[in-house]
Amino acid sequence: MSEGRAAALGEQFEDLEQQHEASSLGMWVFLATEIMFFGGLFAGYTVYRGLYLPGFEAGSHLLNVKLGAFNTAVLLCSSLTMALAVRAAMLGRRRELVTFLILTILLGLTFVGVKMAFEWHHDYEEHLVPGIDFVSEGPNGRAIELFFVFYFFMTGVHALHMVIGIAILAVLTWQASQGRFGPERYNPVEMAGLYWHFVDVIWIFLFPLLYLIGAHH
Amino acid sequence: MWFGFPIRPEQASTIAEGIDHLYYFLTAMDLFFTAIIFLTIFYFAIRYRRRSKAETAEQIEGSLPLEVAWTVIPLVLVVVTFVWSSSLFIRNSRPPTAATEVFVIGKQWMWQLQHPEGVREINELHVPVGRPIKLTMTSEDVIHDFFVPAFRVKKDVVPGRYTSLWFQATKTGSYHLFCGQYCGVNHALMRGEVVVMEPQDYERWLSGSKKAETMPAAGARLYEQYACITCHGTGKGPAFNDLYGSQVKLQDGKTVLADEEYLRESILFPSAKIVAGYDPIMPTFKGQLTEEQILQLLAYIKSLGATERKAAQE
Amino acid sequence: MSTTAVEATTGVNYLNAKYGIRSWLFTTDHKRIALLYLVSITFFFLIGGAAAVLMRLHLIEPQGALLEPATYNKMFSMHGIIMVFFFLIPSIPAVMGNFLVPMMVGARDLAFPRVNLLSWYIYILGGLFTLYAILAGGVDTGWTFYTPLSTTYANGQVMAAALGIFITGFSSILTGLNFVVTIHKMRAPGLTWFRLPLFIWAMYATSIIQILGTPVVAIAIVLVGLERLLHVGIFDPALGGDPILFQHLFWFYSHPAVYIMILPSMGVVSELITCFSKKRIFGYSFIAFSSVAIAVISFLVWGHHMFVSGQSVYAGLVFSALSFAVAIPSAIKVFNWTATLYKGSVSYQAPMLYALGFIGLFTMGGLTGLFLASLATDIHLHDTYFVIAHFHYIMVGGALMGYLGGLHFWWPKMTGRLYPDGWARFSALVIFIGFNLTFFPQFMLGYLGMPRRYAVYPPEFQVLNVMSSAGASILGVGYLIPLVYFIWSMRYGPVAGPNPWGAKGLEWETPSPPPTENFEELPIVEEEAYAYGVKEARVV
Repeated sequence: MSEGRAAALGEQFEDLEQQHEASSLGMWVFLATEIMFFGGLFAGYTVYRGLYLPGFEAGSHLLNVKLGAFNTAVLLCSSLTMALAVRAAMLGRRRELVTFLILTILLGLTFVGVKMAFEWHHDYEEHLVPGIDFVSEGPNGRAIELFFVFYFFMTGVHALHMVIGIAILAVLTWQASQGRFGPERYNPVEMAGLYWHFVDVIWIFLFPLLYLIGAHH
Repeated sequence: MWFGFPIRPEQASTIAEGIDHLYYFLTAMDLFFTAIIFLTIFYFAIRYRRRSKAETAEQIEGSLPLEVAWTVIPLVLVVVTFVWSSSLFIRNSRPPTAATEVFVIGKQWMWQLQHPEGVREINELHVPVGRPIKLTMTSEDVIHDFFVPAFRVKKDVVPGRYTSLWFQATKTGSYHLFCGQYCGVNHALMRGEVVVMEPQDYERWLSGSKKAETMPAAGARLYEQYACITCHGTGKGPAFNDLYGSQVKLQDGKTVLADEEYLRESILFPSAKIVAGYDPIMPTFKGQLTEEQILQLLAYIKSLGATERKAAQE
Repeated sequence: MSTTAVEATTGVNYLNAKYGIRSWLFTTDHKRIALLYLVSITFFFLIGGAAAVLMRLHLIEPQGALLEPATYNKMFSMHGIIMVFFFLIPSIPAVMGNFLVPMMVGARDLAFPRVNLLSWYIYILGGLFTLYAILAGGVDTGWTFYTPLSTTYANGQVMAAALGIFITGFSSILTGLNFVVTIHKMRAPGLTWFRLPLFIWAMYATSIIQILGTPVVAIAIVLVGLERLLHVGIFDPALGGDPILFQHLFWFYSHPAVYIMILPSMGVVSELITCFSKKRIFGYSFIAFSSVAIAVISFLVWGHHMFVSGQSVYAGLVFSALSFAVAIPSAIKVFNWTATLYKGSVSYQAPMLYALGFIGLFTMGGLTGLFLASLATDIHLHDTYFVIAHFHYIMVGGALMGYLGGLHFWWPKMTGRLYPDGWARFSALVIFIGFNLTFFPQFMLGYLGMPRRYAVYPPEFQVLNVMSSAGASILGVGYLIPLVYFIWSMRYGPVAGPNPWGAKGLEWETPSPPPTENFEELPIVEEEAYAYGVKEARVV
């Protein structure tokens, strides 16, 4: 047991508790920078939404709310499985940990898959991808285009975060199957969990901002 | 002048002197505090220099009264400066109501200036002394900046919107006009002159210059040429009489001030704001009108009567 | 350098613990990473400095003595980009912060040593993109990348330069993150917040800005890249975008970034003033909290860069008031440093001269900031040489003087060697004089109305420009002297010993150069910071 302790402890730390606190704080600080990163985007979005509300509403109506809602549900479930994975890691239940990590990965993949295969692909076919293929006639054309600029950029950056998260979870799953985690060392799983929840929370903001502007008919 | 060096540009506008007074005050305050800090450091540095290796310093951890003093005194000075500067700024940013309007278009790398009488100048602006001039400015490409040091005025010239500044020259002469905002390769060459003349000289210059149509006349021509008249002259679209500066009721129940920005937007992006009671049938004129032509149309609309109260506020 | 510096010192230290290039490139030792940064930023400083030399030479004549306008524009863009993002922002945090934060808090390393190494690699990667941008034709947007010039009209390698800045931003974020966690969680027993050296307070405030500000400029830069690539209309008024939005996003970071540069220097000066007057700092908590106050207010003043952009009068008034507010904590610091000298036992080794130079130049730089916070005068002064002079007084007179002062102060700790103090004092004097000769005339030029970023100018500005260029040549020499004697000292300098200045602070209680693990036994702190006079520090 004490060897496990020594292996888990970085040389710069005095004890495991200090290490754990440091990595938690580090993760929170990192998430603070992420919030500022998305904050810049939200600020830009807010400015243009204020300027071109009708266009943004029209743009929003072109999105598929049902798919968006489905994806929201998928992400919320993945947050649950992630939380359960962290619990399993703390309790040292290897098999359970691996199962929940895999479940989380699958849910994450579902989200990204739906996003790309159904929504983005559909948008492309409808000529709604600014800069590549965008056609929108009518009075609000340019505002709709701006809406889609923000839509693609924000969901794109979010999806990128998802993909990074999935990659991290994949590595953790492999490590977990090797028995690298236990009550002495569940820090990496917990940190990945924090990150995963954060990415979910960003989506919770994106969904209403992008899909639910104005009344849908 | 100070030992043969100029320390300020010429004062050639009504606001220049006020700015200079504030500048002198700030300079004096700066010199005063810089002197205090420098002299104190020099005094302490000599008075308390280490005389032997064994010498020990007297330990003083701080002093609340001193901290309060050097927080409150700068605070008071800063508040005084803020109030002085801001009231001056507010006064300077209100153009007098009777100002003559000159239109300015900035483009890489030249200034195009248009007098209401139809005279058009490049990189030179002739104005009469003692008459307030209001500039309405826009850019055809990047952000430029209209800067006349002798008048102490400066304002960015932004594509896609109108900015304005005003001045009233007090002294005849020729003064630098600079582009203040970096605008690309020949930014430093985007310079010109503002020539301030006696009113009678100005009139002579004006009558001697080659004149195109006046701005409103050119606008009226465009009004017919682009067939605006077929709707706006017949009741299918809103009429232009007394439009500028009025409050316009929109379809969605909001009202909007009919200023330059609104008129410009309605020409380029007609469906953005639909006037209550009319159908959104107007096509866009984006890409068909130059910035200059849009300004001419604005001048025409303004010439059809303006609700001065609102216009004056801008 | 590792072999030469350690020959005369005894024992194993961080420089001689391992040899070979790999032991440097894969090190996770915060001290070695600090030296990696030192070498890298010195390299970039020389490039940025070379650009400045060419600019000043060019401006000797009104019609331009040397360069085409297009080339001149590339020069000042390169000078700005490199000096801001690749020298000043990493300077004190990445070199002295990396070296000292763990030692000053009594830890063996930063909280995340591998992240620390990663941040250096990210910095280098960003630097390579920027160097590529320079070599492949340059950028002529200015370091501010204003839209729509940068997105639609500018030629050159805007994408590569933007990518370089974007990448380097993450290096800055990771450094800040590491410091915040280390300062929070890894302080030695007994080292409470109010016993921390003020350098740590300054680094803490700096880190907060790095963490919260950098992502915003990153997103702004990405949007510029996106717009340039796809022309989707985010900042293009012809497509409904708003070019001014970019300025908001850019200055939301880039104004606080000024404090990323100056706050660390303020921390360094607090260390130097106390050590060389053998006194406790005057008003510890006032200096500490003013650092935090500056960091907080710094996020609320960005609009003062846009007083002439057509923003509303009310916005202007609010930003003006907040900008004036920054003057108060800055003034508090200056007065407290000055008061620290009172009844001290003041000696004048080179680091102290730099510190005193800092106070003088920062005072002038800060006070001239009032002209620009004030709406009425800013209208006239905006985008003129007055602004150039003002921020060089802050960034060069302030930040760089502090950096050099700190380097002279901790050089014996870093290398174990002393440099010739006479030469160092001489260079401090040359820099101080050269600096004022270069930049003071620019205040006058600015009020006379000479706009910045002008490759050619009306002849009446020539006299002051020539004065400025003459001063720059003195300043340039002043910067080269330390380069020579620092390199010399690594081989030939006398051995420094653990505490050549008789300074207080945990970093002086360990050998010079320190062992890899910093302390043989982790220290327990029982006294306040700067406990001069409590018991005389060990002088060896």
